[in-house]
Amino acid sequence: MSDVALRMEHVYKKFRKGETYNSLRDLLPALTGKMFRGELNERDKREFWALQDISFEVKHGEALGIIGHNGAGKSTALKILSRVMNPTKGRMVVNGRLSALIEVSAGFHQDLTGRENIFLSGTILGMKKREIESKLDQIIAFSGLEEFIDTPVKRYSSGMYARLGFSIAAHVDPEVMIVDEVLSVGDFVFQQRCMERMRSIIDGGTTVLFVSHNLKSVMELCDRAMLLEHGKIATIGPTDSVARTYLSDSVRSHGGQEDNRVCISQVKVRDRAGEQSRFESGQTAWVDIEVTASEPVEKLAVVIWLMDEFQYEIFNTSTERLGHRPFSLQAGESYRCTFELTLNMAHGTFQLCTAIHRYDLGKNYDRWVPASTLFVGSTTAVRGAVNCFPRLASTETVSASSRSDLLEAVPQPSFSPMKSRT
Amino acid sequence: MKEELRELYRHRELLYMIVYRDIKIRYKQSIIGFLWAILMPILIVMSGVLVRYGYAVATHAPFQKGDLASVAVKSLPWAFLISSIRFACSSLTNNGSLVTKIFFPKEIFPIASVLVCLFDFFVASVALIVLLLIMQIGWSVYLVWIPVLLLTMVVLAAGIGMIVSAGSLFFRDVKYIVEVLLTFGIFFTPVFYDVTMLGRKGKWLLLNPVGPILDGLSACIVRHQSPELSWFAYSAVFGLVAFVSGYALFKRLEPFFAEGI
Repeated sequence: MSDVALRMEHVYKKFRKGETYNSLRDLLPALTGKMFRGELNERDKREFWALQDISFEVKHGEALGIIGHNGAGKSTALKILSRVMNPTKGRMVVNGRLSALIEVSAGFHQDLTGRENIFLSGTILGMKKREIESKLDQIIAFSGLEEFIDTPVKRYSSGMYARLGFSIAAHVDPEVMIVDEVLSVGDFVFQQRCMERMRSIIDGGTTVLFVSHNLKSVMELCDRAMLLEHGKIATIGPTDSVARTYLSDSVRSHGGQEDNRVCISQVKVRDRAGEQSRFESGQTAWVDIEVTASEPVEKLAVVIWLMDEFQYEIFNTSTERLGHRPFSLQAGESYRCTFELTLNMAHGTFQLCTAIHRYDLGKNYDRWVPASTLFVGSTTAVRGAVNCFPRLASTETVSASSRSDLLEAVPQPSFSPMKSRT
Repeated sequence: MKEELRELYRHRELLYMIVYRDIKIRYKQSIIGFLWAILMPILIVMSGVLVRYGYAVATHAPFQKGDLASVAVKSLPWAFLISSIRFACSSLTNNGSLVTKIFFPKEIFPIASVLVCLFDFFVASVALIVLLLIMQIGWSVYLVWIPVLLLTMVVLAAGIGMIVSAGSLFFRDVKYIVEVLLTFGIFFTPVFYDVTMLGRKGKWLLLNPVGPILDGLSACIVRHQSPELSWFAYSAVFGLVAFVSGYALFKRLEPFFAEGI
């Protein structure tokens, strides 16, 4: 067996836009009408290519992320990968058992119990009955639905529904696995469990194709990524660089210019050594911003803010708030400023955004959302949103009899939050 | 085609699961439970008896118990045929989310529909056997024809089922056309009457491939005769052609299901 698990060779997919006939009553008159008018070839004009010349290879054990904006061709790619659609041109080769983890609960039947649905969905996903029997306990335990497993799934909440779906899919054990947004189901704890399971599936040597616009999960799971744009491969390579291309594209698409007399002309994030996007928690980052005016403008300020992966604004400041007076620019003049930031967040992917604002009028000029992406890593000692730079001030094992004395003796803050984590 | 049949065989557990699911749901949800399976046959038999009685009155011929037995024997397979075609017809659209999302041989759906109706048929057959025993219709060696005739019926139903299921996936009004054909089909099929009742020209009705099968069943169960071999051969060939061409058509169209639905 070759080391290629899946390969697409010059895959094209064509769709037809506009009216399609889904009843004979409409089709027959339309066809005869067209025949009389000799317009049978007319439909060619309404075709469009959802995918064009897609070629790539995934090796065994590799995890490839496929990202792209809405309408870039992700769903079509997914359908071709999972073989429910055939490409118009080109071909796809798969070596090994392929399973698609797409909206798993699609196979559920409302009136069957959770247990019955495990058998049904499992079989639909390609498992053998004996295989399901042997994994049944694991699946139920993973879903955490032991109590409700003999209840019809129509009584389930949507979260329970999705949890059961993922639990089945996560136990299929295919050689090649196609995954879409299914990971974003359930509550936070269950999502964590899903990610852990995915990681162990990947570590176990399963080839994974992960189609998503959740950049964070793609970055966490995949070493390599492919960016689709208008049905073509924009870039393919290491996830970091592909993600950066993807995000810098969003600048162009989101840069809502409300007044273009003054524009942001450059945003650069750097550390002591030079341009950088990866930082350790607690490190200092410098953000250089340059704005250029094409016409005279007055009383400006530069605003920067940071957003986490859920688009929450976690930090915001501006030149004016930092005590710098509003500045004015003549036509052709530029203004440069550098913000120095101490990255006190714990761990994660953050979007740096910037805008030009005039406070006294409340007027917005150019804005870049996002302007750049910061990847902040941290040591394993800290979890959560921020880094409080904890230090273990003291630890002591205390015998039961003297405990009450100690509580009085030791001031409360010394009980570091680390204690509950160990 | 060989490769496709092998793929279907590999998914036999899925076929079994879908059949199991549909049977379970059908009997779980209805108040009358297993009576459901014999409700439609009973109605057909009753209307058949009415027609036969009317015929007997009009022709001053005596109404015999053989008439009742014959109508009952032919009604059950007819009920099986129309319910499996009707059920198969909407099987792909009813399972739309599976058709568009997950890869497996989609002919499982129409075939499963036929098998579910076959299950209903067997349930109803128990009632029929009891009826025939009470009527003391007797038996003969010709009963060995029953499985052969039923198999022909199943093959025919599966063939038609695959064609109409694919058709109704692309064109929503196929369902209504099929419905009309099934409703009035009973008048063009010797269910209530025997072909002999129409004299010489009655034979033409056997061109309807379902006719010889029903007539054959009536022959071997009620009249203790062998089915007419040439007509049976016609039905068998027709059924086989319907199955093979239906399957081939289904497989040709299958790649377009996800976008056509």
